[in-house]
Amino acid sequence: MKVDSIKNGIVIDHITAGKGMEIYSLLGLDQLECSVALIRNVPSRKMGKKDIIKIDADIVIDTAILGFVDPDITVNIIKDNKIIDKKTIELPEKLVDVLKCKNPRCISMTEQELSHIFTLADRENRVYRCLYCETKAK
Amino acid sequence: MRSLIDILELSTKELDELISTADDIIENPQKYAHKCDGKKLATLFFEPSTRTRLSFEAAMYELGGNVIGFSEAQSSSASKGESVADTAKVISCYADIIAMRHPKEGAPLVASMNATVPVINAGDGGHNHPTQTLADLLTIHREKGRFNNLTVGLCGDLKFGRTVHSLIAALRRYENVKFILISPAELKLPDYVKESLTKDNVDFVETTNLEEAIKELDILYMTRVQRERFFNEEEYLRLKDSYILTPEKLVNAKKDMAILHPLPRVNEISVAIDNDPRACYFKQVLYGKYMRMALILKLLEVE
Ligand SMILES: [Zn+2]
Repeated sequence: MKVDSIKNGIVIDHITAGKGMEIYSLLGLDQLECSVALIRNVPSRKMGKKDIIKIDADIVIDTAILGFVDPDITVNIIKDNKIIDKKTIELPEKLVDVLKCKNPRCISMTEQELSHIFTLADRENRVYRCLYCETKAK
Repeated sequence: MRSLIDILELSTKELDELISTADDIIENPQKYAHKCDGKKLATLFFEPSTRTRLSFEAAMYELGGNVIGFSEAQSSSASKGESVADTAKVISCYADIIAMRHPKEGAPLVASMNATVPVINAGDGGHNHPTQTLADLLTIHREKGRFNNLTVGLCGDLKFGRTVHSLIAALRRYENVKFILISPAELKLPDYVKESLTKDNVDFVETTNLEEAIKELDILYMTRVQRERFFNEEEYLRLKDSYILTPEKLVNAKKDMAILHPLPRVNEISVAIDNDPRACYFKQVLYGKYMRMALILKLLEVE
């Protein structure tokens, strides 16, 4: 299968196979006017299979969220058919309004207009905890 | 401007300073009688806890200050649906410092993020209760004169007991502290707390036998084993008595072991022990008030 290469835009590569759709909606790509390609189950030497997303527009995406969902992703920024920047993703220290706390006794369940904040508690094991009640994110 | 939401927000140095202030208050109460003249503490108790509220109020009065507040959510604007954030902003206009108790975990943190005066967490559900830990720490320090080189026994409900988790978090920062965790299998310390101890090479052992463990202890911290924590009544009845401290069980304990309990107790410490010089749980209540005084002074930056 072949999808046209892009001139100016973003290629999100090395997405764990099957996670492409989740990232597609998490980044709100369904809201974009430009052409966006989600390519699933692409053969990969390194990963066996991977997903790729190509966005044909010069936009800024929130890479912090990607770090949480699928930390081995690479993000390539394309300008005039060339890769001008290749970002590997780090686990973000803080996730704001990405996850919701599942603890029924947590203040974030009832307080109106409170941001849902999770902080990185253990980088090695990728553990995030709710800022308010310290419950582990699932 | 600072608040106190979690005991670990205090460094060991700050803890030492609070303890010296509390020691000085105990020695020279008159010196502190007007330190907070003209200042107001707001006690916002969204769930009742008479004991903790009175301790805060007594602390503020003994510093010469005044107290305003409420002691149940029904009488407050929370019953009209006001957010914690708004309550904190409004109360900041009336008081110089806030002590908040709330059934929701994290509510005092939200208050501190919105208040323009210091907020003290006076207990947020089953989560944190840092001023209880301050009371525990002052008791240990006054009885033992140190935080290092201690063998600390924690007995009863180690699974849900938030006071146990906070005390462990505070004490594990010191040298050569060993924990003996005494509980029924059903109420063992959660794995994540044990993992954190292992990771930091803190010495601990788990046992179900209080009588056996008691010989080694410098401190025995008792907690309540609550009926509602058990799956069935038989199990509760079978286990509850093994974690009751009686004069017989004390026979093998060190002569200077200190017995602590966050109170209220139900039956886990026999009243026959109350007059034993090792029983510290009523002193602990008094020390709690002195630590709250020291904390209020610190957060109000009163010299
Ligand atoms: Zn939470």
